[in-house]
Amino acid sequence: MAQAYEIDEKKTPTSKTITLRIARFNPEHDSDTTFMDFSVNVEKWTTVLEAILDVKQHFDHSVAVRYSCRQATCGSCGMVINGKPRLACFTKVSELNSDTVTVEPMHNFPIIRDLAVRFDRLFNTHHKVKPYLIRDDSEITSNTTKELLQSPEELEQFIQFSNCIKCGLCNSACPTMATDSSFVGPQALAQAYRYVADSRDKGKDTRLKIIDESHGIWRCHFAGSCSQVCPKGVDPAMGIQFLRGYMLGFRS
Amino acid sequence: MNPHDEHKEGIGGMANPRRYGIERVAYWLMRLTGLGLLGYFIAHIYETSNILRGRVGWEEFLDLTQTTEGHIFMTLVIGMCVFHTVNGIRIMLGHGGIGVGKPARPDYPYIPASQNSRHKIGIYSAIVLAAIAMMYGMAVMFGE
Amino acid sequence: MRESHIMKIHYATALAAVGLVAVHILMRLTQGFAESLEYENVVANYQFLPYAGLLEIILILLSIHGFNGLRVILLELKQGRVYEKAVSYGCLAGMIALIAYGSRTIFMVNMGMM
Repeated sequence: MAQAYEIDEKKTPTSKTITLRIARFNPEHDSDTTFMDFSVNVEKWTTVLEAILDVKQHFDHSVAVRYSCRQATCGSCGMVINGKPRLACFTKVSELNSDTVTVEPMHNFPIIRDLAVRFDRLFNTHHKVKPYLIRDDSEITSNTTKELLQSPEELEQFIQFSNCIKCGLCNSACPTMATDSSFVGPQALAQAYRYVADSRDKGKDTRLKIIDESHGIWRCHFAGSCSQVCPKGVDPAMGIQFLRGYMLGFRS
Repeated sequence: MNPHDEHKEGIGGMANPRRYGIERVAYWLMRLTGLGLLGYFIAHIYETSNILRGRVGWEEFLDLTQTTEGHIFMTLVIGMCVFHTVNGIRIMLGHGGIGVGKPARPDYPYIPASQNSRHKIGIYSAIVLAAIAMMYGMAVMFGE
Repeated sequence: MRESHIMKIHYATALAAVGLVAVHILMRLTQGFAESLEYENVVANYQFLPYAGLLEIILILLSIHGFNGLRVILLELKQGRVYEKAVSYGCLAGMIALIAYGSRTIFMVNMGMM
C-alpha cells in the first residue's frame, strides 16, 4: 500500500513538484515490497539521487540507498527508475518527462533493504573471468622493469570495455539474468573480452574455456538490453559477440 | 534460495518486449516462434504419419487440416518460419561479431554501436518478409 | 560435450535446414498446393528415394535444432543439478523419439509397407 508524504517547502519560480515513489522492502521483516509516495520539488537539473536524498533529509531518513561519487564514476547508485535500470546520479528527473518517478531496487540482485542491493554475484562472476592480465610469471617477475608496449590501435581494441564501473545495470536489464541464476552475465563477459582483446594478455584460451559452459557465453542471445542501459558506453553486447566470434572461428 | 531472495525479474521481465527497443522484441519473437515451430514440427510429423493408415486415414486427417482454421494456422506457421529464419541468420552473423560495429573510445551520449541500423534493418526485414510470406501463403491456400 | 560444440551444431543444423526446407516447400508449390497433398502424390514423393532421403535429413536436422532450442530455453528458466540433467536428457530423448517416429513413416512408405 502506498503512503503519501508532502512538505510545504517554498518553491522557486523554475521548480516543479513531482511524486517520488520509493520501493520499501526489508527482507528481515517484510513479506512484500510497498511503495511510499513523496512530493518533492525539483529543478531542471535535479537528479533522481538528489530527489531521493531530499526525501531522506526532509521526510524519512530510513530510506536505504547506496551512493558515493554523484558523478557516474563509482557505480553505486544503480536502480530501476521508471521501469529501466539507470544510475540515479546520472538521471535527471526532467529527462524522464513524468510527474511521477518510481524508484525500485535493481532486478536480478538480492535486496539488502529498499534500494540497496547485494553485489556478491556480480563480483563473483567478474572474478571468475580473471579480470587481469595473464602472462607467464617469469616474464614479469624476472624483470620488474619490463614495459609492455601497445600501439594506439591495440589500445582502441579494448579501451571502451575498460570503462566498466561495475554498476550492474547491464545485469539488471539482461533477459537471461531475469530467470537464470547461474548465468555469467553481460558485465563479466564484457570484461572477459576486455582482457582477451588486450595485446599484452596471454589468457585468451583460459578465459574462453571458463565461459564455454552451459550457463556461460552461449546463454547470451544478443538482445542488446545491456548495451542500451550502460551509462558508460561500454556496449557489453558488442564485446560478447566479439568474444563468441573467437569461439566460432570468425576471429583469431 | 527462493526467487524473492535473488530478486530475479522472472519470466514476466524476460518476456516483456516494451522497454528496450526492437532488439528485445526480436529476442522475444525469436523464442516464441521457435517454440511455435517446434510444436508445429511435432504435429506435422504426427500428421504425416497418417499416410500409414492408407488413403482413407490420410484423407480423413487431411480434411481436418484443409479448413479455414487450418489455413489460418498454416499462415501463422509460414510467418513464424520466415521470421525465425531471417532473424536467425541476423543473430548468427551477430554472434560471430559481424555487423556489431567496431570498438572505439565512447563519446557521450554513448549510443551503443552494436545496436546499429544494420541490425535494426535486419529485424524489420524479418518482420516484413514474414508478412509477405503470410500473404503469399494465404493467396495459395485460399486461392485453391 | 562442450557447450560450444552443441551450439555450433545448433547453428549448422539451422543453416542446413533452411536450404532443405526451402526445397521441400518448393516441391509443394511446383505441383500445386492441394494437388501435392493428394494421396497418390504424397506416396510417390515418399517412394522417390532422393526425396525420402531429403525428408529424413530435414527430420534429423530440425529435431536436433528444435530440441536443443527447447533445452536452451528450459535451462534458462530454472536451475539446479537434477532439473538441468532432466532437461538435457529429456530433450535428447524427445529428439530421438521424434526422429524414430518420423523415420518409421518415411521408411515404411518408401518400402511400400502401408
